[in-house]
Amino acid sequence: MKILTKKNIYTLVLVLLIYFLVLLLSNVGIIDSYIQLNMVIVGINIILAVSLNLITGFTGQFSLGHAAFMAIGAYASGIMTAKLGQPFIVGVAVAALSASLAGLLIGIPTLRLRGDYLAIATLGFGEIIKIIGLNNDYVGGAIGLNDIPRYTNWTWLYFSVIATIFIISNFVKSYHGRACISIREDEIAAEAMGVNTTYYKILAFVIGAFFAGIAGALYANYFYFIKPDTFGFMKSIDILVIVVFGGMGSITGSIVGAVILSVISSFLQGFPELRMVIYAVILFLIMVYRPQGVMGDKEFKLFNKEGGLSGNVSSK
Amino acid sequence: MEMLVVNNLYKSFGGVKAVSNINMKIEEGQIVGLIGPNGAGKTTFFNLLTGIYSPSSGDIVYKLNQEISSINFRPSRMVKYGVARTFQNIRLFKEMTVLENVLIGYHNNFKYNLFTSLFRLPGYYKHEDEAYDEVVELLKTFNLYDKKDVLAKNLPYGEQRKVEIARALASKPKLLLLDEPAAGMNPQETRELTELIQWIREEFDLTVILIEHDMSLVMDLCDDIIVFNYGTLLARGTPEEIQNNPEVIKAYLGGE
Amino acid sequence: MEHFIQQIVNGISLGSIYALMALGYTMVYGIIKLINFAHGEIYMVGAYIGYALTTFFNFGFFPALILSMILTSLLGVVIEKVAYKPMRNSTRIAALITAIAVSMFLQYGMMYFVTPQTRSYPNILPDIQVSLFGTNAVVDIRNIYILTVTIVLMLLLQYVIHKTKTGKAMRAVALDGDASQLMGIDMNKTISYTFAIGSALAGAAGVLVGIYYNTINPLMGAVPGLKAFIAAVIGGIGVIPGAVFGGFFLGVTETVVSALGGSLYKDAVAFAILILVLLIKPNGIFGSNQREKV
Repeated sequence: MKILTKKNIYTLVLVLLIYFLVLLLSNVGIIDSYIQLNMVIVGINIILAVSLNLITGFTGQFSLGHAAFMAIGAYASGIMTAKLGQPFIVGVAVAALSASLAGLLIGIPTLRLRGDYLAIATLGFGEIIKIIGLNNDYVGGAIGLNDIPRYTNWTWLYFSVIATIFIISNFVKSYHGRACISIREDEIAAEAMGVNTTYYKILAFVIGAFFAGIAGALYANYFYFIKPDTFGFMKSIDILVIVVFGGMGSITGSIVGAVILSVISSFLQGFPELRMVIYAVILFLIMVYRPQGVMGDKEFKLFNKEGGLSGNVSSK
Repeated sequence: MEMLVVNNLYKSFGGVKAVSNINMKIEEGQIVGLIGPNGAGKTTFFNLLTGIYSPSSGDIVYKLNQEISSINFRPSRMVKYGVARTFQNIRLFKEMTVLENVLIGYHNNFKYNLFTSLFRLPGYYKHEDEAYDEVVELLKTFNLYDKKDVLAKNLPYGEQRKVEIARALASKPKLLLLDEPAAGMNPQETRELTELIQWIREEFDLTVILIEHDMSLVMDLCDDIIVFNYGTLLARGTPEEIQNNPEVIKAYLGGE
Repeated sequence: MEHFIQQIVNGISLGSIYALMALGYTMVYGIIKLINFAHGEIYMVGAYIGYALTTFFNFGFFPALILSMILTSLLGVVIEKVAYKPMRNSTRIAALITAIAVSMFLQYGMMYFVTPQTRSYPNILPDIQVSLFGTNAVVDIRNIYILTVTIVLMLLLQYVIHKTKTGKAMRAVALDGDASQLMGIDMNKTISYTFAIGSALAGAAGVLVGIYYNTINPLMGAVPGLKAFIAAVIGGIGVIPGAVFGGFFLGVTETVVSALGGSLYKDAVAFAILILVLLIKPNGIFGSNQREKV
């Protein structure tokens, strides 16, 4: 195993190629503002889904409060950039760090809980964060925080997505990540093999929250305006649905899931009255007919080890 | 030299005594068999030895990598102290491959830090390669190399037991606790397992304590046999002594 | 002091609503280990049925209550058959998302048919108020109706669960589904009964809340649904007296917190209590501790 394999070089070239291609298409106007808007939504959803997948898909910790980490990030960056006039890099950094701190604080007490109980506790945590936001005048209460400068652009979005995918997939393929997966599989056996399960569960929450915080910052600094209701229970569910639909424990699945569900959702904008009803039916059908998700726990690999185009689905 | 000392060990669950008044010393390098009828407290004793339960009273002291007493036991620390175990009801990581299962056993021997893993720095490749080589070596001795990429849940029962032993060994223990390693194996597999345990004891310089119902395996393999009955230590001795002990015969065959 | 007594009276009424809903949650969870997120929506549908019966068909209180309970129990059974039964062998997370999908379907389906606007219940109960111990604290006739109906329904439930064959089957399936099937209990039928009874209680809660607060809307079930679930968890999920205790406890706590000036934070307090209870007694106040066998 080496860093400079053909595969890694090809991947790097592809990553840069996509970046410049989109930049070019935006500059000549082929990618218009409507497509851009959707790209931002998809990108933010990818970050959210991949980071939740680390917590729920890989580590097996059922969380219904992921939107709260996003909210903390959004508000942190909003305050930094709109109220304190800091540059975006500061906003993003503070967003990520404060969200991961929240992940740590919620993680330490609640991770003694398992399964549904953990789910409900994280749901409660999310609602508490939302209610604090609703009642805090400094951040505008229920009206929300306005006049956030738009700093999120293609460069920020794209490289945040790439960094999320890069770091989380590195993590899950290291011994730390394997420890997390072993917790999902059998917590008692993992513990008996020397895995400090409490540490790894909290670590998964901290890393997941870190990226959710970044997603929040990208959101706040794109849409000018944030309010607590945006980050409620339903947002957490939306993220969870992407993860389950894509496949728990599959990073490529989360990416595919984010794209498909964002497309479905933007398509449903055409039926405003029945949008949510149709969405509910689609969710139900997915759960009945494809409960393991599009990808299962498999990953889609573009290049094989030698660097040739393989384009097939491989186990790990 | 003794490496395990148990003093007046008691464990009760809601008033029911599962293990009571156990005293014993285990010498380094031995293979010790732990036998007794169902419900005699053997697995509870293992759970006490590995920190899954804490004693109601009394204590357990290991003199392995360091001297450590049961007040400080935590399941996840036992591997660091040099104690590894398998489970009666096979607890493999079902959706992980054989190789990954054994790599979890190797967990505490990894040396690269979190930062290296997040950014995949050169240390990652070095240590992962090292671990891979060691684990593959281990799998080969267990005849499992061909199955290294098979998901654990897809293995036959006998091989699952072997993977569990390999996973425990990957943690490089001084003391290996095997909970019914031959359960569900056919006679041929059991014979192979007997040889394997003998071989790993020599090769890895181990002390082994095993719970087993298969008497031929116990008698062939163990230097020393401990018999539990109703949570207490009924008898202890060499295989011949135990085979001829009237108390033991009574406990197994029933009667007055 | 008067103010305090008044809040306790209000809290008991709110607590009755939570307790009735919490019973359904706890029964369903006990039997199929599913957090039935659609339970709050059944309550909402119950409220609308009661509204329609009293407004358009001039039903009195009790006929409206009973018919609404019957219709919501049917709805509960249909939901179980159509949506949850196919998910019985799938992962918990998939089942949970299905429950959320059902909940969204009912919310927005209802919104499509009756429009999102808030509607007000007609006054079908006589306007009587009794002052309490000669103070200014008053007990409205509605408080009395709510508490009485709740108590009667709970006694009925106790009777069904402990004295009838169906109730015995429900308890058996909750303890060990496979074993009870081997003993000849019809699992499907028992689950249907559980949904029917739980949903009927939610429907009753819906009618009572309509009468008590006067206003209903299609999204009214979401927050009380969560609160009722919290109540069930606080009491120990799967434990019937626990759900009743949790419901009243939460109702009273909430009104007292509001009275002390924390009305903006009353929802947060509910969740904070939940997290606290889970940390101290992970299986709820009346739940028994279970440990995985190694």
